[in-house]
Amino acid sequence: MGKLREHFDSLYRWLDDRLSLSVAGQMAKKKDVPVHKHTIWYYLGGMTLFLFCVQVATGILLLFYYRPSAEDAYESIQFLMAEVEFGWLIRSIHHWSANLMIFTAFLHLFSVMLLKAYRRPREVTWMSGVLLLGISMAFGFTGYLLPWNELAYFATRVGTQIMEAVPVAGAFLATVLRGGSDVSGATLTRFYAIHVAVLPMMVTFLLFLHLFLVQKQGMSEPLDVEQEGGSKEKMPFFPNFLLRDLVGWLTALAILAALAAYFPAELGEKADPFAPAPAGIKPEWYFMFMFQTLKYLPAHILWFEGEVVGILAFGLLGLALFVVPFIDRRADRGERSRWFTWMVIAVIIYIIVLTYLGYTADPTV
Amino acid sequence: MASRNQPTRQHSRRGFINWLLGTSLGGLVLSVLYPVTRYLIPPAAGESASATVTLSIRPEDVPPNSGQIFRFGSQPGILVRTPSGELRAFSAACPHLGCIVQYRDDLSRVWCACHNGHFDLNGRVVQGPPPGPLEVFVVNERADEIVVSRDA
Repeated sequence: MGKLREHFDSLYRWLDDRLSLSVAGQMAKKKDVPVHKHTIWYYLGGMTLFLFCVQVATGILLLFYYRPSAEDAYESIQFLMAEVEFGWLIRSIHHWSANLMIFTAFLHLFSVMLLKAYRRPREVTWMSGVLLLGISMAFGFTGYLLPWNELAYFATRVGTQIMEAVPVAGAFLATVLRGGSDVSGATLTRFYAIHVAVLPMMVTFLLFLHLFLVQKQGMSEPLDVEQEGGSKEKMPFFPNFLLRDLVGWLTALAILAALAAYFPAELGEKADPFAPAPAGIKPEWYFMFMFQTLKYLPAHILWFEGEVVGILAFGLLGLALFVVPFIDRRADRGERSRWFTWMVIAVIIYIIVLTYLGYTADPTV
Repeated sequence: MASRNQPTRQHSRRGFINWLLGTSLGGLVLSVLYPVTRYLIPPAAGESASATVTLSIRPEDVPPNSGQIFRFGSQPGILVRTPSGELRAFSAACPHLGCIVQYRDDLSRVWCACHNGHFDLNGRVVQGPPPGPLEVFVVNERADEIVVSRDA
């Protein structure tokens, strides 16, 4: 036993000499997590990261069976669900983990926003986070089409048509995204390339930046805690906080397994480009509040088409979200900004109400 | 004398080399970006230009107050027989966000399920968010064939 330990130690020393492994260890040891009444919100980023890792692992497994073409895609998923051992489990976990990941990412976003953690010097962390959320939603949008079923087909028709409302270059961009004037097999291969190659590459870069900055700057303390002279209690990130993270991750894994077992991902009907859209066509839930807003807009607002106004408004909101650290100047000066807090709460309520209406309002009247 | 001239000569030589490097680097970037951009723009589809289509649906297969989707080239169209027995055809792509419309026999209207847009039997919007009417096609019945064409 002692002999083995010696071997490991010498191997570690050999690697450490060449790779400076101890620097990484020191960086992890250096970080402390403040303990106060809002500490619970610090776990959401790690939770999102864990779910993302689940996505990478299950996504790679799905690639072993998936065939990206309009003729084969639906059948290959059917085969995966019905014939491949645990195929249903892998796909269902991918499906549920995607949804939970977007959900925790949204919670992470709003908690950071309400605690004003984006203020100096964490503006870049915030902006990389907003981009990561946007990429996650793009993951959801492109991944939704891949099974090539009816719901996904029409959701993608609507989604790409929305792009055409972008002034000047809209129609051109939509054509490039779809690989043609309509959603077709060409769209499927494009979305596949974006989903499994382009977006993962972007995430890798932004995620490293985001995590590096969090590690470098440490956890932000909320303004009220900071004004009381900072939290008195601190806990080391490694191992205390990380072990608590792990408990959360294990719980998430158990929840994922339960969801996958009791509510496996559905496949529905194969997409038919020459069939009417079914009633109750829905996008993924995280696009629902925007979809529902478009439903309520009149055909014309002033001189513009209603949908153009709606889409431009959401575009501007997205941009505003990106530059929040520069809009909320009071938080930047270390002052409390109540109006900003209320605005965020109003946005959260708007999203919840419209999402609720999207699932309950009768679409046929 | 030579030493006083040298810096400017060197400077201009350095500048020239930098200019060469810069332009060739720019040229390299452009010569990579151009084909990639062109590659990403899809080629124009071949069959979308067709202006007349003979349907596989026979007139007696479309009872009054009903509608069916048909292929108009690569686009979907909808063939409707009004309650009074007249055949009409429209583009089936909703002008709102491109969903495919269907016939509602309970309302005798064309209806888009995605955002609840209603059209009358002339393709005009009667309710909902669509910003404009459905494109109207010309329908001709020849013996037991239906021929649909785009209004020229």
